[in-house]
Amino acid sequence: MGHHVDETASFYKATHTVFGHHESKFLQWIFTVDHKRIGILYGIVMMIFFVVALGTAGLMRYELMAPGADFFTPAGFNQAFSLHGIIMIFLFIVPGIPAIFGNIIMPLMIGAKDVSFPRLNLLTWWLFLAGASIALYSALSGTGFADTGWTFYAPYSIKTDTNVVLILFAAFLLGMASIFTGLNFVVTIHRLRAPGMGFFKMPLFVWGIYSTAWIQVLATPVVGITLLLAIFERVFGIGIFDPTKGGDPILLQHLFWIYSHPAVYLMILPAFGVISEIVTTFSRREVFGYHAIALSSASIAGIGYLVWGHHLFSSGMSETAKIIFSFLTFFVAIPTGIKFYDWIATMYKGSIVMEAPMLLTVLTIITFAIGGITGVTLAAIGFDNQVHDTYYVVAHFHYVMLGGVVFMLFAGMFYWFPKVTGKMYNKLSANISIWAVFIGINFLWMPMFFAGYLGMPRRYFDYLPEFQIYHQIAGIGAVLVIGSLLMMLWNFIRSAKNGEECGENPWNGTTLEWHLPSPPPLGNFAKTPYVDFRPYEFEKGEPKVKDVYQDTKKETK
Amino acid sequence: MSEIIYDKNNNAHEVTDFNDDVEGARQGMWLFLFTELMLFGGIFITYAVYFFDFTDDFVQASKNMNLWLGGLNTVILLISAGCLAMSVVFMKANKVLESKRFLLATIALAIAFIVVKYFEWSAEFHHGIWPDSPTLRGMSDGANMYFGLYFTLTGLHGLHIILGIVAMFWVLGKVNNGEINAKKFIVLENFALYWDYVHLVWVFVVPLFYMIGLSTGGAH
Ligand code: HEM
Repeated sequence: MGHHVDETASFYKATHTVFGHHESKFLQWIFTVDHKRIGILYGIVMMIFFVVALGTAGLMRYELMAPGADFFTPAGFNQAFSLHGIIMIFLFIVPGIPAIFGNIIMPLMIGAKDVSFPRLNLLTWWLFLAGASIALYSALSGTGFADTGWTFYAPYSIKTDTNVVLILFAAFLLGMASIFTGLNFVVTIHRLRAPGMGFFKMPLFVWGIYSTAWIQVLATPVVGITLLLAIFERVFGIGIFDPTKGGDPILLQHLFWIYSHPAVYLMILPAFGVISEIVTTFSRREVFGYHAIALSSASIAGIGYLVWGHHLFSSGMSETAKIIFSFLTFFVAIPTGIKFYDWIATMYKGSIVMEAPMLLTVLTIITFAIGGITGVTLAAIGFDNQVHDTYYVVAHFHYVMLGGVVFMLFAGMFYWFPKVTGKMYNKLSANISIWAVFIGINFLWMPMFFAGYLGMPRRYFDYLPEFQIYHQIAGIGAVLVIGSLLMMLWNFIRSAKNGEECGENPWNGTTLEWHLPSPPPLGNFAKTPYVDFRPYEFEKGEPKVKDVYQDTKKETK
Repeated sequence: MSEIIYDKNNNAHEVTDFNDDVEGARQGMWLFLFTELMLFGGIFITYAVYFFDFTDDFVQASKNMNLWLGGLNTVILLISAGCLAMSVVFMKANKVLESKRFLLATIALAIAFIVVKYFEWSAEFHHGIWPDSPTLRGMSDGANMYFGLYFTLTGLHGLHIILGIVAMFWVLGKVNNGEINAKKFIVLENFALYWDYVHLVWVFVVPLFYMIGLSTGGAH
């Protein structure tokens, strides 16, 4: 504490660290307790793993261009989809938007100086890094990466001789990181909102993060214990999931999905939050149905707990349980539908500005709707029995996760990039890559609905010749998607250096982060604003409240 | 020195300082306990499922437990939770020395718990009972499940006790250097919450593992 740190300097220039005062820039970064830097640290690690998982996906698609084993051995293919799935889920999309934008933007949006527990926040990043390193190590050592798929179903996961224990432990650490992030965010949102900001004056992104944080706190430990039990099963042979000792392997599936289905909402709710921000900013209109959107996030989080059984329709479950789970699953579609209509109503008669974030958001609404509606078809028990474990399901969840969450993560990157770096991305490159990724995803996954419906099973390196045409179209799509995602990343890397200065508020946004300089100063608000206005007040297409921004500017100059 | 800001009508509002937010710290601890509840809840649910499947085997297997040692540990934890509560009470009353003594007593009792547990497990190992042991494999499926859950649950609980002991030494250090004092004792208070929780888990473990064998006519 001894030395003086300039709170008004850009957070790239000055920082607080967890201990001591470091000359080295590198140490200043990895020991920082500043929420903005931690968000960036998360972003960097996640993106590295994202590229690895994309590469694996590319190789799988390459393998699938023709029937027969051309590139992978059959066992190698099993490891490849497991690696791809596990990285995408546990290292990328679950930490995802909360770890990056929840950290960087949420405290700015509520007018806070940091999160409630900054040191705990840094600890979560270290746990995340530890988990990621163990995952990587397990791929490179001994018998190689797990070949269980990302779901670790018993009894196979307790029998296979690949490095399952390591990856289970890695996932456990990642779960801890997620729990503590959620805990931190709940307390931050309860305690550190600027005076005057009641719950219903919070931006909708904060609502999304808030609902998500509760899921992180309450659902993640269930998968934590499941992973531990699976580890004990392998190491000590306790027998809980082992049918030869009286154990019930289906129990692992139940416990797994009690977490992992809420986790699906944990992925999508922050993405919905980003959509709400972008749609209102670029429609220059107050959001339609603020309360409905805010509360639907909360109710999705609630109902999301009660639907896990729909992953087990064909695993052996009583008919009554099936019908209840099916009904509840249809039920979750309602709050989601409400959000969609609210966004469209917001755009209606708005003066829409088609900047890159908005373009990607509008396209995402289409792709997510495809994923969502096919999801509703899967909730019908009869239909699910036909397409269960086929590419129909794989196409459904890629439309939702890639075409919903990942797209929105990138839309969020376009949206907040100017705020975080103070620079503008290359707009032409952005628009090209966005159209390419949209066309690409439809080439990549649309044919797979048909292939799956006709009986192409998932998790196979091989297939009957009649499916080749579908896989080849998908191959073209994969090239487009992977290429355009890399193009976006490249755009960010280059523009962070050479982009044009963008000023405080390039989008005419209304929420509090746009009242700050870009990049924000270390201490965020030199003077905490008093929030006696709603989050999205526009007047003739201009943000109505500007005082906060001017006050702050005076203080920080 | 907290920041004060003014609204349009010149009313003053205090800005919560995250560095010094007792209420925030308390909420954080409660959320952590919710998490812990869900974690142990996963095992208790598993227990419920297998108890339903293998009721008789469970009751039979429970007769192998040493009810006296389980009971002794219950008493130890109960007293330790009381000691820690006293430690908080004395700290609030600015009687640091007394507070410290009760904290030390809690540490001693926690260690005693682990020692008893050690003897209990040793006795079971001595009878050839450990996960996947030949003896256990020769017993019924239900007994296997019972002991699998027993070792998992008491092991995880024991780990919580051990981490608690480590944490108590850390808390003790903070008391010694004055970071915990009559005005700022949230860390001590939060730890007491944790300890109550660990104690509470044990209160459920005892009937589920030690006492279910009693109802059918006691030990033989
Ligand atoms: C270029 C983009 C992508 C391509 C080409 C791709 C391709 C694939 C392929 C070929 C499979 C194997 C399907 C099977 O045989 O069952 C797969 C599985 C999977 N993918 Fe992707 N994927 C992409 C992006 C993503 C993203 C962004 C996510 C999530 C964030 C994701 C999550 C998963 C999961 C969870 C699995 C299931 C793994 C398992 O079966 O255990 N993928 N993907």
